[in-house]
Amino acid sequence: MAKALKRVYVVLLFSFLYVPIAVMIAFSFNQSKSRTVWAGFTLDWYKQLFRNSAVLQALALSVVLALVSALIATVLGTMAAVGINRMRRRARSVVMNISYIPIVNPEIITGVSLMLLFVVAKTALSSIGGGWLAAGLLGIPSLLVAHITFNLPYVLFNVGPKLRQMDTNLYDAALDLGCNQRQAFFKVVLPEIMPAVFSSFLICLTYSIDDFTISYFTAGNQQTLPIAIFAMTRRRVSPEINALSAIIFMVILCIILVANYREDAGERKRRRNKRR
Amino acid sequence: MKVRKLAAALLALAICALPLAGCGGTGAQGVEVEPGYDYERFADAGITLNVYNWGEYISDGTDGESMDVNAEFEALTGIKVNYTTFDTNEAMYAKLKSGGASYDVIIPSDYMIGKMASEDMLAPLDFANIPNFELIGEEYKNQAYDPDNLYSVPYTWGYVGIIYNTTMVDDVVDSWDILWDEKYAGDVLMFDNSRDAFAIALKRMGESMNPTTTSQIDHAAVELSAQRRVVQAYVMDQIFDKMEGGEAALAPYYAGDAITMIEENPDLAFAVPKEGTNYFVDAMCVPAGSANKEAAEMYINFMCETAVAVENCLAIGYSTPQVRAEVALPDDVKNNPIAYPPVEVLDNTETFTVLSDELNAYMDKAWSDMRAAPQ
Repeated sequence: MAKALKRVYVVLLFSFLYVPIAVMIAFSFNQSKSRTVWAGFTLDWYKQLFRNSAVLQALALSVVLALVSALIATVLGTMAAVGINRMRRRARSVVMNISYIPIVNPEIITGVSLMLLFVVAKTALSSIGGGWLAAGLLGIPSLLVAHITFNLPYVLFNVGPKLRQMDTNLYDAALDLGCNQRQAFFKVVLPEIMPAVFSSFLICLTYSIDDFTISYFTAGNQQTLPIAIFAMTRRRVSPEINALSAIIFMVILCIILVANYREDAGERKRRRNKRR
Repeated sequence: MKVRKLAAALLALAICALPLAGCGGTGAQGVEVEPGYDYERFADAGITLNVYNWGEYISDGTDGESMDVNAEFEALTGIKVNYTTFDTNEAMYAKLKSGGASYDVIIPSDYMIGKMASEDMLAPLDFANIPNFELIGEEYKNQAYDPDNLYSVPYTWGYVGIIYNTTMVDDVVDSWDILWDEKYAGDVLMFDNSRDAFAIALKRMGESMNPTTTSQIDHAAVELSAQRRVVQAYVMDQIFDKMEGGEAALAPYYAGDAITMIEENPDLAFAVPKEGTNYFVDAMCVPAGSANKEAAEMYINFMCETAVAVENCLAIGYSTPQVRAEVALPDDVKNNPIAYPPVEVLDNTETFTVLSDELNAYMDKAWSDMRAAPQ
């Protein structure tokens, strides 16, 4: 009895996780635009997707924005984390708490306040004669600043703990053994915290691609992928969006499978080596 | 964990390749334009035109046969189009009002044009740059929202009627009353937005859909709460699935969308209630402060070219106000009485005007009270 219940629970759980995705993928092949009537198999939505320049442009903007903002946020955040790690306890806890606020703050507040900031900056710039600067401010530059802003704390909270785990003597030892400060950082500290730095970069990437609320307020006359999809819902979501989601999902799935396989292979190899 | 990170990184790279793959898809074919208009005068000026339109509200060539209107404009004029989309008039208004973005061409609906004009948010158009305005039918000009036609050039129009399933409804559908009929309890769908819903209740009582007093709104609210017993659901775009799937018998909706639904399910039909209905226009405007007003007017003129208007009309499904485009449409479209109804139908319609802020708030409150009240 208990065993049956366990099974039912697991089946239900995975159904909730994966049935929606399965339905979405199935309907990306549906001939009709309807979400209830199955009218036959077609690849038309995939063809349309690759001809829809508005969606593809929004996608390109989202990807470029995510890569650039994640890169900058990771570099700035790592630098900040190293600095904060060197502070005295009290100062450090103050700075860390301040950095927490943007994470717990509702996105909509961050979005609106950033927009207000940009509008004020725009007015100020044009009043001091930087008209060309002001005209270009709202759009990709404001999006970039906004995304770096909301990404930064995530880097701090990923890299910070890793730095504290690290043996501080390692850095001093590197100095003793003749490294200058820069060499000690790049040769000893950075390799030690690299996993955290890399995972921060990936977290920033995901948050940036995902973000709707903050981008909505700071995008000026640009649109990211989530904004473009949202505007398409005026009448009804085109199956093109199903097709796009299906492609993204399949790419992830393939990568996970390949990566899992390689990890398993690596594990087997290690075991073999041990036995020998 | 590590695997997922790797996956995400590779995904990002894979997505990067997507737009590149898509580049070959769209190409300008060249479009026939009215003679005598110099479309090339900004060819070397390096202008980017910011166009803000409803989502899925232009012919974009995605089906492989239709015209990519923006690509054609870029090829013809050398002006780059930065085309972005909004989902409601209110979202568009908020974006412009906040100063958070600047646009050169916007396409709002009638009442929003009236509101923006009254707040000096629109630039008066120089019709010398829009000679194709002549091709817009006289009946679509000088409407209540822009009485002297200073700010707007009509893009599409349509009206609200009742879409119904002929296998489920055996009465003649000619009145809003049928949306209150107990016989169809549980089979009626209703607009899920206050303005459209109140318009129906008001019209049914023989009043204007632009109320001037709070007591009119109160009366309509009583009618709407009486209707709740027969309403299956308050919906907007779920109407498509529910009507096409035969899950509901009756629903008020826009004529252009009704045509789409009838194509999917031939059992459906469309009727215009005799009490009159809402007639709406979406029109092209230039916001005040546009840095490229003349290029914006060129874009508007291009949208009124016959070939372009035909393509847009076919892609969107709403009716075109451009007279030559209407004639040039395929027979099954232009002879469709739903898309181009007889004059009597349109004579008995009304456009939305801007309600005062107090009445607007009062209506919104009456609506949410009605929806929240226990049945």
